[in-house]
Amino acid sequence: MTALINVPAKARRGDIIEIRTLTSHIMETGFRHTADGALVPRDIVTSFTCRYNGTEIFSADLFPAIAANPYLSFFTVAKESGKFEFEWTGDNGYSSSASASITVE
Amino acid sequence: MNAPVTRRNAVLGITAAATSFAVPSILRAQSAGRVVVVGGGFGGAACARALKRAQGNLQVILIEPNAVFTSCPFSNEVIAGLRDIDAQQFGYDKLAAQGVTVIGQAVTTIETQRRSILTADGVALPYDRLVLSPGIDFHFEALPGYDEAAAEKMPHAWKAGAQTLLLRKQLEAMPDGGTVAITIPANPSRCPPAPYERASLIAHYLKINKPRSKVLVLDAKDTFSQQRLFERAWKELYGDMIERIALSQGGRVTSVDASTKTIVTEFGNYTPDVANVIPPQRAGLIAGIAGAADATGWCPIDPATFESKLVPNIHVVGDACLGGGIPKSASAASAQGKACAAAIVSLLAGRTPEAPRLTGVCYNTVAPGYGFSLAGNYQPKGDIFAEVEGGATSPVDAPRELRAREAAEAERWFQTITADTFG
Repeated sequence: MTALINVPAKARRGDIIEIRTLTSHIMETGFRHTADGALVPRDIVTSFTCRYNGTEIFSADLFPAIAANPYLSFFTVAKESGKFEFEWTGDNGYSSSASASITVE
Repeated sequence: MNAPVTRRNAVLGITAAATSFAVPSILRAQSAGRVVVVGGGFGGAACARALKRAQGNLQVILIEPNAVFTSCPFSNEVIAGLRDIDAQQFGYDKLAAQGVTVIGQAVTTIETQRRSILTADGVALPYDRLVLSPGIDFHFEALPGYDEAAAEKMPHAWKAGAQTLLLRKQLEAMPDGGTVAITIPANPSRCPPAPYERASLIAHYLKINKPRSKVLVLDAKDTFSQQRLFERAWKELYGDMIERIALSQGGRVTSVDASTKTIVTEFGNYTPDVANVIPPQRAGLIAGIAGAADATGWCPIDPATFESKLVPNIHVVGDACLGGGIPKSASAASAQGKACAAAIVSLLAGRTPEAPRLTGVCYNTVAPGYGFSLAGNYQPKGDIFAEVEGGATSPVDAPRELRAREAAEAERWFQTITADTFG
């Protein structure tokens, strides 16, 4: 499992809907040292984007203070049936994506 | 949370009582003092007994509405069909024989200014010191869809008794191949490792009687007490029968629907055959009525004396208090009850109480003859109890012989603590 998504399967046009996402990631801050003094290199998710039928509706920049397994929840208006696409990118070329469909009546 | 409402209730109670009752003050003057203990579980009963033992001329009154106490420790074995509920039940006769006045009533009002409580039958009881050991109540508002009525369909079995037997009955009625879900709240909660012991013992029952079934654990926590020991035992004993969905895998339950037996998490819905919903908790209702619970729902205390930080002359022991590093367990409640008794005896005599050092021990039985344990020592540090050295957890790598010995020790621990508390 890399990402969990919760998008309502159905909504009425104009409804405000909640979208929840959670991605599994260690979010290593880059500030910690090992027992023998070596710095543990930073390894975090730096960016999150959500697109609704191709249009970006929500994005976020993430920083070292954000805990492991970042959980983001946000709201949007159900306008038309289609697809939500989610993308996370980060250090060391990290990239993960997911999608979910919605039927708007 | 509940603080504003309960404080208002307490104020209303004072007004009502002031107009309708004349509180007799003669009872307060004689003897070495009068201590009222509310709640006859491991904390309250141990405290009442220790008070009487420490000072025979102290008037000790224990108020507990139930004539019979049903112990939560070992009740997971009742759920798994390994033990009769009678073995969990204890009365208050021996406490009474030792000079504790036992009153079978519920407390309705606490008049903190007048240092008096009111029981449901309208009797006012003044006190010099009041000890509250109310255990937990469920924080239903924190889990939409769950309440007393829902608990009849989706039992919590987190207060032992009828709920324990209901969950047992549902397991017996479930067909082979079914799913038993256990939902676990975030800390603080009563006996943090107990949900995992329950998952283990239910798996034991299913493995023998309904081997195609599974246990699904929906957990609002990522890590838990003695996790490596539990996970090792699950793999050894039950293969993949127990599936756990942790917080970061979407395991936190956000609501339930009892009519369809549906459990809703942040990322999905589940409709198990048996749903054991352990809801979020807070200090027992009476702590709120006394004004001793803060916005967290629990009771802040001075760890040296267990005196409430919010209400003078009231002490809080057991699951209801904010104990810091001490887990909410029977063993800790009993140790707190005794330490609180010692502090009260000192305070009533005008002496400075000695700083307590508490020991808590917790046994987990994951199958008959397979147990492990965690023991800790705790001392006051600032506002809370902090763990100090001397504690120990069972090794993760150990022969089955050690697990068998610890299972036998667990049984002896139960006999000892119940004899120590209830006689």
